[in-house]
Formats: sequence, structure tokens, C-alpha cells
Amino acid sequence: MSTIPDPGVRQDGFRIGMLINDTRYRAYTFQFIALLLLLLGIGYLISNLLTNLERNGLDISWAFLGEPAGYDINQRPIDYTSQSTHARASIVGAINTLIVAVLACASATVIGVIAGVLRLSNNWLVARLMSIYVEAFRNVPVLIWILIIFLAMSNALPQPRAFRGENATSEVWLDLVAFTNRGVYIPAFENGSGSVVFWLTILASIIGVFVYRRYARNLLYSTGRMLPTGWPSLAILIVPGLVMYFLLGQPVGLERPELKGFNFQGGIHLRLSLIALWFALAIYTGAFIAENVRAGIQAISKGQTEAAAALGMRPGRIMNLVILPQALRVIIPPLISQYLNITKNSSLAIAVGYMDITGTLGGITLNQTGRAIEAILLLMLFYLCVSLTISVIMNIYNNSVKLKER
Amino acid sequence: MSDVSFVRHDQIPPSPPPAREAGLVKWLRENLFSGWLNSILTILAVYFIVRIVVGVYPWFANGVWEGNSLADCVAALEGQSGACFAILGERWNQLLFGISYPSESYWRPFLAFVLLLPCVSPVLFSNLPRRLLVLTLLYPFIAFWLIWGGTILTPIVGLIGFIAAYYAFLEGEKRSGFVLGLIAGVIAAIVVWRVGGMLSGAASGFLAFEPVASRDMGGFMLNMILGTICVSLSIPLGIALALGRQSSMPIIKGICVVFIEFVRGVPLITLLFVANVVLAYFFPPDANIDLILRVIIMITLFSAAYIAEVIRGGLAALPKGQYEAADSLGLNYSQAMRLIILPQALKISIPGIVNVAVGLFKDTTLVSVISMFDLVGAIRGPILGSANWTGIYWEVFGFAALLFFVVCYGISQYSQWLERQLQTDHRD
Repeated sequence: MSTIPDPGVRQDGFRIGMLINDTRYRAYTFQFIALLLLLLGIGYLISNLLTNLERNGLDISWAFLGEPAGYDINQRPIDYTSQSTHARASIVGAINTLIVAVLACASATVIGVIAGVLRLSNNWLVARLMSIYVEAFRNVPVLIWILIIFLAMSNALPQPRAFRGENATSEVWLDLVAFTNRGVYIPAFENGSGSVVFWLTILASIIGVFVYRRYARNLLYSTGRMLPTGWPSLAILIVPGLVMYFLLGQPVGLERPELKGFNFQGGIHLRLSLIALWFALAIYTGAFIAENVRAGIQAISKGQTEAAAALGMRPGRIMNLVILPQALRVIIPPLISQYLNITKNSSLAIAVGYMDITGTLGGITLNQTGRAIEAILLLMLFYLCVSLTISVIMNIYNNSVKLKER
Repeated sequence: MSDVSFVRHDQIPPSPPPAREAGLVKWLRENLFSGWLNSILTILAVYFIVRIVVGVYPWFANGVWEGNSLADCVAALEGQSGACFAILGERWNQLLFGISYPSESYWRPFLAFVLLLPCVSPVLFSNLPRRLLVLTLLYPFIAFWLIWGGTILTPIVGLIGFIAAYYAFLEGEKRSGFVLGLIAGVIAAIVVWRVGGMLSGAASGFLAFEPVASRDMGGFMLNMILGTICVSLSIPLGIALALGRQSSMPIIKGICVVFIEFVRGVPLITLLFVANVVLAYFFPPDANIDLILRVIIMITLFSAAYIAEVIRGGLAALPKGQYEAADSLGLNYSQAMRLIILPQALKISIPGIVNVAVGLFKDTTLVSVISMFDLVGAIRGPILGSANWTGIYWEVFGFAALLFFVVCYGISQYSQWLERQLQTDHRD
């Protein structure tokens, strides 16, 4: 039976009305209108921008990046003087952002995992304490926590002069770390001759541990023979470095912070603003991660534990081989967004005077040069790049632990 | 066989359980000391609690509530350690209403805040009569009149504009479809606002409060204003963005994806910088849009992107059959969304939306960075900067933390209650 064309409608005809009434064409109409509106809107905004710039005698120019910045940055991981350019100041700020973000991500993960596991503990008191911690930190703005911690530290920690003299009221902790209200002084490595070999050895032993663990796992899967991994890993990690250290005649020393004059000299000076920001971000985000960890563990049904126990596994192995791999799948996606949150929240550094990129490029550089549009555009691009990089890396990791479906 | 046999007729009463298996001891053994690890944890926790209590209790109990400066507190404490809560009393109004809100009008924002609870409750609790929703719809106009002052004609004209737009939309949709209805609504609203604007401009003294400029808003009031306005504006915007991202039209989808991912990739502070120094360049040269409005625009865009992602999750969680069922009933796109898809998707997204709302409310403190005097800004600026109160921080920041905690914890408890209410599946 052949289809009979509807006599009312011409098959190959096209009428203007079909643009809105025919579902085949309607999508194109809508998209065309949307695109048109978008372009009109952008055009309107840009024409406003140009008019305003002209009226105020401004222009868009990136030349300010090459001019000397003229301000000092107190926490500088790379060489920087007030004669350096604005571009270099921005780079210093960017590195400072990354430093505090990495530190805070690592410690927030540790805090969060511990608190999340303890919140599920069958110890009544500890579980309650952890609930209080999580609720208290989740429900108060991170800015308030940053300010409280910064102010509390700068008031409670001793001044450098408290370390001086016979009857000093404070002492350098283990002769290595000094906590003062100007920041924390930690020892730095002093690299002598042959130190390169030493560091390469350390690097090689770290790689060696992974190689050994991989070998042990492959052996287990192919032959069923189980090699011990704990002690050998530790030995591989420590022994070659130790041997090298004495073989090369102690090439690496520690430069300890020492009180000279009014302040500590030597070692690495971590500003109080960095410490407070790091601590506040870690403990605030740790509360969120704790909730994610708890949800992840609770998402694994009890039958999994019971099944593993029925197979005769010991509790430690049940956790490592059955519960955690499954819980990780639930935990990692929200963990990614917590890492992104830390990176974005690190821009609150401006509240305590830590010179991250928001403080340099978006703060002093912007105010000195008046190049608001350019500076903020660069600032946004930086954060966008960091965010996208973190999501890409963590998504790759997420795919590697994801359930492999066939 | 002997005849003597002994049969017991009554049961021996059960002997009491051993002391370690009953009552408090049992509970302690099971919950606090079930193993050596648990015992260590318990002891550590008890030590920690004792340290905190010993440290904080005298500080709190010795607290001074009367006084006009830190020096008064120090004098009253006579060398003991103690809190100086006097600052809360002396700066109470600044903490709540900011620095420059006219003091004889404090009752207006207070009344607006008190009205907020009954006006929002019809939305929050579905067992209240639906007719009360009128209150919710009226509330923004009443609150605007109370907080910003000026003649009552301004909010009335605004309200009439919305009503006209609504009826024009209904009429237009009935005659020639959704899109034309929308256009008719917009035109009707603009006409009413233009005409009404002239009228209320002419009669600016009619039932008027003393007008308060936006830059005079501050304190916790500013956080509440920003939080409520931005959350309520960003939910419809977020729904639109989420639907756009789910759309099959590549250009619309592309616009939504780029917008959402861009906004989610940058910190709120940079967007506030935009509101502070850049956004004014994008408005017409003679338009004078004040800072609070620019901040509201940027925060709304910010939270809309996050809410869009939450709602997209809800949309994705719906089984495909729901979409197909709507199609097979012959519903068009807007009917299918309004009647079938969105009610279910929004229900799934409620916890996520509440999370975003709580986060947004906390993030309103960031406006202190662009020198607006919200709660944190007022504390950091004029309060801690005044000579009377230099060197005091625990008391005021603790108070700020407490205010935020009460609101945010309340919201999250409500969301958990709502989740239980809306649970229509039969688990457990």
C-alpha cells in the first residue's frame, strides 16, 4: 500500500508559517532568534563599554603588565623586587594561590577522611564530637573562620622577642620550628656538593616502591603467591637514601631558623596569613569532605561486608579490598568539587593580606594602574584554567576507579 | 521406679544480669570502651572537652555585659580573664542594621524580617491553605516599601505591572501561543510601569516613609536582603539554564554550557570585583545603577549557575519514560515541563537547592571585601576600627558566627524534614 499524499498540504512547498509551526524547522527558528538576541545583547554591552571608555578617556591596553610594579610582596616563592613588572607580581601571586590551594587540599582530605570515619564510629562520644565539628564548620561562613583563626593566632602566638634571653618564655619547638605571631619558621634544606645525587636517589626509591608494589600485585594475580609489602616498601624508601647520605658525606643539611636581632633569620618563613588561610580552608572544607566520606561509606550496603566476612576475610582486608574501592566511587565526584571550592575560596586571602593572585593582580595592580577590565579578565582566566585543570585531572582519576561495566 | 517425683510448678525468677551487662555500665562498655582503640579515643575526647570547658567557661561566665569601651570591661573584670560582651550591646544596632541606616527607622527592617516568616511559610509548609500564597507574592513589595521607604505607590505600581503582565500573558498564550504571550506580558508590564512611574513620581509624598538609599543598608540585614533576593531570583533563572543545557538545540545548549561552566570556574570574589569596578562600564553611560543592585545581579548569576547544575541532576535522574509519557499524551514542550517533568525533577533537587542556598547565604559575607558594610564588613571596619574596641574579636566574630549558624542550621534541618515529607517511594 502506498502512502497517499495529503491533498491539503503541498509536499515540497515551504511556507513562512512552517518556521514556527513545523517541528522540523522550529528548532532552527528558535536558535536563530536566540543567537540574534545574544549577539544584540553582546553588541549593546560592548557599545556601552566603548562609549563609557571614550567618555572617561580610557582604552584597553595590556602594556601595564610590563611596567614596574612598585610594591612589595612579603611571601615570594620566586625572586621578586618592587622593581619587577606587574606580570611578575601576578605570577608570584598565582604561585602563592597554588601553594595554599595544594596545602589546603591535602590537609582537608586528611581531616575530612578522619572526621568522616570517626563520625560513623561506634564510640558515642567521638561520633557526637565529630557531628558538632561538622555542623559548626559547615554552617558558618568561611570568611568568618579565616578572620577568627587569623586574629586568634596573631594574638595568641608569642612575639619573636619572647624567644630571646635567659628567661625566654617560648622556645623553638624541637629546635626546628618556631611559632611566632609573625608566622611560622621552619628549617630549610641546605644543599651541599653531591646533593643532586642524594635527591635523585630519594626520587628513585619512591619510584622503586611503586614498582615493587606493582610487581607484588602482578605476582599475586598470576601465581597466587603473596609477597609482604609493608616492610619491604619502607626499606626501599629509607635504606638507599640513608646509605647515599653517609656515602656522600652528608651533602644535605638543615638550615635552622635562628633569632637574630628582632626577628628570626634563616629557614623558611611561612607568613601567619598563609598559615591561617591554610588552616581555615583545611578545617572548613574538611567538614564538607567528612560528610562526603560518611555518605560514601554508608552507601555501601551491609551485605558487602557480610559477604566478604563469609568469604573468610579479615576486617582490615574487608575495608581495603571491598568497602573502600566501592566507597571511593561515591566519594570522588563530590571530592572534586570540594577541591575546586578550596581553590576558589583561596581568593579570600585578600581578607588576611596573603598575597595571592587576587591580592596582587586583582588588588594592588588593579588599584595602581586602574586597568580594572584587563586585570579582572586575566584573574578570571587564571581561575578558570586552574578549575578546568583540576576537573580534568580528577576526572581521569575518577574514570580509573569507576566501575568497569561490560 | 519410685513414686516420688518432683515437678516444679512455678518458674524460677530470672536472676539479674551481671553488673557489667546491665544499665549504665553496659552502655559505657558498649559505646565508649568496647576496645582498646575506642578507650583511647574516649579518653582523648574527654580530655579535649575538659580542656575546652575549663578554658571557655570562666571566660564566658565572667563576661561583662555593661560598658562603653574595652577599658570599661577591663576595669570591671579586675584582672580576671573574661569576655567583653558589652560590645554586643553597645554596637547591637550597627551589627544588625549597619552604620548609616537611620536609627529612628530600625523598626521597618525589623518588621520586614518578622513578616518574612509568616509570608514564606505557605511555600515551606504545604499543609497550610494555598490561599496564603497571596501573602508570599505580596511580600516582596511590602518588604521593599518597608526597607527602602518612599511612597507606597512605587511597590503598588510594580505589583500592578506584574498582574497586568500575567493576564496579558494568559490572553496572549490562549490566542497565539507561548512565545507571543510572553511578549505581550512584557509589553503590558512596561506600559504599566512607565505610566505608573510618572504617577508615583508626581505623588511622591503619598503614604511615604523616609527613603533610605541602598548604600546605607548594612549589617546582618544586608546579608538577609542579599540572601533572600538572590536565592529567589536565581531559582527561575537556574531552571531556565538547566532546561537550556538539556535542550537538543545545539546553539542554546552551547550558550548555557559556556555560561554555567564559566561562572562555576571563577570565585565569587572576582564576580564581586566585576560588580564593583567593571559592571558600570557595560551599562548605558547615564544609567546610575547603585552598587547593591550590581552586586545582586552578579550574585544571582553566580548562584543560578550552581542551581542549574543541581536541577540538571534532577532532570537527568528522571526515567526516560516520563518524557515519553508526556509526549504520548500529546503535551507540548512547555506543558510537559510544567506538568510532568519539573515537579518531579525539582522534588529530587530540593536538597541540592537548599545546599546552594545555604552556601550562597554564607557567601554574602564576601561583599565585605568590596567594602560594603554587611555583618562582617561592619565588624572589620567601623566596629573593630573604633578606638573604644580595638583588640577585641572573639566576642563579635563569635556572635556573627552564631547568627549565621542559627539561620543555616535551621534551613538545613528544614530541608531534611521536607525530604522526609516528599518521600513518595516506599523504602525501608
